[in-house]
Amino acid sequence: MAKAGQFFSSGHTNNWAVLVCTSRFWFNYRHVANTLSVYRSVKRLGIPDSHIVLMLADDMACNHRNPKPATVFSHKNMELNVYGDDVEVDYRGYEVTVENFLRVLTGRLPPSTPRSKRLLSDDRSNILIYLTGHGGNGFLKFQDSEEISNVELADAFEQMWTKRRYNELLFIIDTCQGASMYERFYSPNIMALASSQVGEDSLSHQPDLAIGVHLMDRYTFYLLEFLEDIHPSSTTNMKDLFKVCPKSQCVSTPGHRTDLFLRDPGSVLITDFFGSVRKVEITTDTINLTAPMVHLEDTRPVRELRTEIQTYMDQLPVAEIIHQKPKQKDWHPPDGFILGLWTLILLVFFKTYGIKHLKHIF
Amino acid sequence: MGLLSDPNRRRALTNLLTRLNAPICVVCYLAGVMWFMGLAFEPFTLRTYMSENAMGSTMVEEHFPAGERALATGREFAAHKKKVGGMPVNWLVKTMESRGLEVFTQSFTRKLPFPDENKERYLVRGTNVYGILRAPRASRTEALVLTAPCSQGNANNQAVGLLLGLAQYFRSQVYWAKDIIFLVNEHDLIGMQAWLEGYHHTNTTGGDWSPLHGRGGSIQASLSLELSSDVITSLDLVLEGLNGQLPNLDLANLFHAFCQKIGVLCTIQGKLQRNDWESTSGYSHSAQTMMLMVLKQASGRPWGDHGLFLRYHIEAATIRGINSFRQYKTDTTTIGRLLEGMYRKLNNLLERLHQSYFFYLMPSLTRFVSIGYYMPAFGLLAVILLLRVSFHLSDRRGLGVGLTRYPGVLSILTPVVISHMTGVALYCLPVMSQEMAVQHFPVSETEAVVLTAIAIYTAGLALPHNTHRYTLPLVLKLVALLYLAVLLGCTALINFSLGFILALSLVPIAAFITPHTHKPLSAAIMVLLSPGCTLLYCVLIFQELQETPVSLQDGWMLFLSVISQGILDHSLYGSLVYPLLALLIYPCWLLLWNILFWK
Repeated sequence: MAKAGQFFSSGHTNNWAVLVCTSRFWFNYRHVANTLSVYRSVKRLGIPDSHIVLMLADDMACNHRNPKPATVFSHKNMELNVYGDDVEVDYRGYEVTVENFLRVLTGRLPPSTPRSKRLLSDDRSNILIYLTGHGGNGFLKFQDSEEISNVELADAFEQMWTKRRYNELLFIIDTCQGASMYERFYSPNIMALASSQVGEDSLSHQPDLAIGVHLMDRYTFYLLEFLEDIHPSSTTNMKDLFKVCPKSQCVSTPGHRTDLFLRDPGSVLITDFFGSVRKVEITTDTINLTAPMVHLEDTRPVRELRTEIQTYMDQLPVAEIIHQKPKQKDWHPPDGFILGLWTLILLVFFKTYGIKHLKHIF
Repeated sequence: MGLLSDPNRRRALTNLLTRLNAPICVVCYLAGVMWFMGLAFEPFTLRTYMSENAMGSTMVEEHFPAGERALATGREFAAHKKKVGGMPVNWLVKTMESRGLEVFTQSFTRKLPFPDENKERYLVRGTNVYGILRAPRASRTEALVLTAPCSQGNANNQAVGLLLGLAQYFRSQVYWAKDIIFLVNEHDLIGMQAWLEGYHHTNTTGGDWSPLHGRGGSIQASLSLELSSDVITSLDLVLEGLNGQLPNLDLANLFHAFCQKIGVLCTIQGKLQRNDWESTSGYSHSAQTMMLMVLKQASGRPWGDHGLFLRYHIEAATIRGINSFRQYKTDTTTIGRLLEGMYRKLNNLLERLHQSYFFYLMPSLTRFVSIGYYMPAFGLLAVILLLRVSFHLSDRRGLGVGLTRYPGVLSILTPVVISHMTGVALYCLPVMSQEMAVQHFPVSETEAVVLTAIAIYTAGLALPHNTHRYTLPLVLKLVALLYLAVLLGCTALINFSLGFILALSLVPIAAFITPHTHKPLSAAIMVLLSPGCTLLYCVLIFQELQETPVSLQDGWMLFLSVISQGILDHSLYGSLVYPLLALLIYPCWLLLWNILFWK
């Protein structure tokens, strides 16, 4: 009985995503491709369109300069079309402004705004916010005409917190000097990731010579590759997300911020933010609900690690629903192998020269 | 206390300026000339770079395949041209329609003020043919233009062939966001002027043309193609347009970027780039290239069919294929690919080219000096005039002798008016009186016009000088100096090269002419540095720089043709060099001549 109460008092109950691309013009194709790749992953992992607010500042698929109309590719040689058949853009073109973005976050929209354009989150929602575009130290440029500063963003998140509009928030930004955007956050339960540190530029990944533009930014490209491996029942946690796109691949140094987050990032699953998984425990015992349920106090202990007591069931076999191209991963020798190799070398050394040399080591 | 607010120091400063005026003027002049020559020195120049974000770093792969077919089309065009004896309008219309363009024609007539050597008749009649490739998905708001001239004889057949080949290739692509207009114009600049005027609904030069039935939106950029051989060794870029206007530097950067990518040899002013800027020959090579650009810009004529686009704020350049004696030849397919790449990049533009410089000089294709760097050269020359004004105002000994009462404005007016009337005569009479001249003298109309002009010019030297009893040479000199300063300043703003060259010759005589200098010597120097003789020197230097030096005899003939070309340019296209020289510079020089012969 108490266990049932505890079951309903943990964590979040619904997922939302706010995905924003802030730049327009044909040569900023890659920002739209970035946002659409995250949209694609998020939808694939279960968040429905009604819970996604997608803001694209320009229409690349139907741009007159697109040699492959109605497509937006993220991989060159047209391997992956992230536009697909069922994209639902909520804010398009000139509607993507700083004002509209902040209104969506804080919920201060005029009554005539349709539901698809609202972020109807509550205090049990986990929200994923993804921003991409051109940015600088402390600001993000919207549409070549205005900017949002990191202070404004932090204040918007504080408003969300006081209005209890989120349970936990994951903020990802892929712009130049992106880490400056999360420096000013001060509301609890926010985890932030950025593609580059202050003073560094985020670089684009690869141009496609048929289309003539850069298709993706590096950070989001590797993020997409990472997310393609995630399925609704995977248990990958945030610590793996922090490792996405190291400096060798990204040239810039991605950063993250977890000090405002109450749970240990190692216990936060990727699907807590990117997917919409329901916690289901199948049981064949009957539970006798004679007494009313005791609702556990909703204390939010500071710095106490919350461990999950339920596990996730593998609802459907993955290979049947997700048809993925077999990926060629870079093969690294396992860590243990290298350790074993060194041990072998040391043993051979000592065998040859005798044990008396050991004392020179220890 | 401050330098200018302390009366003692100010007096000391003015004394210094007055005592050392002549040496300071000489130093300024030499400094101006040195600064100008130093512009070609490579460490003082900047490397060119692409400024427009939309035409950014990523390149596309060009796929144009049909160079040979383009050459075959060119040969067909040549055959039809010879058969018709002019522009094969019907064949062109049929060919463009078969390639899927919307074809329109425009007929025009132009009455020349006098028959020049090329046309040999008063009335020029022609037809322009153009086809519009509509952008598959875009609205018809913007356009790009590709033109090739229909020249006489065997020139530019390959250009028209390549234009038609590109039209066919472009038609099958879906990524055009702007309409592309393929224009074949007759009679070079006259046809181009008629087409542009018809397109923009203006009629500034008094031609007669039929209105255009098809339009494509506002033109963002244009390229003019001149190709007269099947294979080429290099591509030459021509930038100078009407009245010395230049297209945005980004167009030159785009051309150079593609030449490097495709591997075609590119030149500007017909000169290849050299890498050895430290050596004297390397420096003189850059200086020659820059001088050629300066002379071409100063002449104010459009040096390619693109030159007339610039006044409508359309960035345009001419690409000329040159076939010289090099080993490595480039075929038509490669040129087609280069043009395809350039047009794809221009297709990405969202607004007119405006990020890069509009005023620049290029010592080579990859180096440029912007207006901020070259204008001080002119400034140093102009400051000499102001120094002389201050000198004459403070030093009353030379010209201010006999100042009994303040002379009225009216007394200045006489020499000024007489000089300007002579200028007006120089401007109007040659063209107006050509029939009378032809009746009385055994010359052709062109020669009549030019010789009348020279006659009036020389006659101005013999103007009466003693009509100014009540005025002073000081006042006239001040007026002349200020007038020249304003004139040269305004000219340099619009056309730096013209202003600089005129300043080089006029500023010394304006600065140092007084009634008291040695008359025969000063008169000789004045005539030698007069605008007419400056023009003659420029013609000779231009021929020298183009590596075709001429003798004085041929130079004189060339000089006469330049004068007739200038008058013709002014009436046909609105070039401002001839009216500037006749109506403003020449009267100013006459004022100085007046001062010299003061009694």
